[in-house]
Amino acid sequence: MSEIPALARVFSYLSLLTVGGGMAAFPELQEQAVHVHGWLTDKQLIHLYSVGQLAPGPNMMMIVAIGQWAGGLAGALVVLAAFFGPTAVLAYAVAAAWKRLESWPWRTSIQKGLAPVSIGLLLAGGLTMAKGAVTGTLTATVAAAVLIILLRFKINPALLVIGGGAFGFLVMQ
Amino acid sequence: MSDAAVPPAAAPVPVTLLRIFTEFLIIGGTSFGGVVPYLRGGLVTRTGWLDDREFVEMLSICQSLPGLNATNMAVLVGQKLRGPLGALVAIVAMCLPGAVLMYVVGVFYRQHGDHAAVTGALKGVAAAAVGLILSTVVQLGKKSLDGSADFIFVLVTVVAVMGFHVSVPVALLGVGAAAILWHRPKAPTP
Repeated sequence: MSEIPALARVFSYLSLLTVGGGMAAFPELQEQAVHVHGWLTDKQLIHLYSVGQLAPGPNMMMIVAIGQWAGGLAGALVVLAAFFGPTAVLAYAVAAAWKRLESWPWRTSIQKGLAPVSIGLLLAGGLTMAKGAVTGTLTATVAAAVLIILLRFKINPALLVIGGGAFGFLVMQ
Repeated sequence: MSDAAVPPAAAPVPVTLLRIFTEFLIIGGTSFGGVVPYLRGGLVTRTGWLDDREFVEMLSICQSLPGLNATNMAVLVGQKLRGPLGALVAIVAMCLPGAVLMYVVGVFYRQHGDHAAVTGALKGVAAAAVGLILSTVVQLGKKSLDGSADFIFVLVTVVAVMGFHVSVPVALLGVGAAAILWHRPKAPTP
């Protein structure tokens, strides 16, 4: 049975959840892609997301790999259109109006109100990933080291992700 | 309309779709480790399509709408330069390099993902990615959380999604509405 309609449905729904960043949709991505549709396993999802951090451009490009697995090239294209289409149309339609509402007092309220929720969703996404990715002392040390280095020094995060990979290659096999 | 001898120096030269495509292809293909600095470098410094004030304003609009910063910015800048076609060209170019790369990675991972060496490297990469996400949480929190009520909203969101498996849209609408009401405009002063 073709997975294409399901891919289109799931990823256009996930699209609208990406408030404050792609990670906000991660818990729901896990629920839909792993538990409901079985397109991949928990571990594969975490691996793909993490490797995706090394790719340039929008940081959720790992969805292409999920689409490819579930539905080949067509699946990959459908996932791209479904995930980026709805928010692109929304941004196109709303941005101009939003700019004109600059003096509307509720605009500030909406921005201030969405900030803690999107940070909460980001954190929930991070913790969901941590449950699968931080499995012992070594992985916990890598995660903590990256966190501390990024907070204290200005360094390209992609370098640290590569460093984590090199460390894993040498030590965690 | 006016005297043809005077060159219209002030009139903006229209940016071609090809130019929009190449610029966003460059940003989409080089922005390793987070897209915002590369967007600024390309759109403000290299092309001058935006000034710094416009850039910050557009970015803040992108951040309060659903969607990734990278693609929302592409849509808004493409729209500003060349309308709907400009927006389409910009977002496609922005996504193209990463999408092709992850397509190849996906195929490779499915074939070789269970080799011991690959698994070891992936464990390290995943652990590092967790650290990266948490650092983003801390940095965003420092910048945009305002008062202890905001920390409670963060906590309620996390507990709802993680502890009670409330779906993300319900948490977003429920906690979001409460937080917006909490930050409601002060009574107007005449």
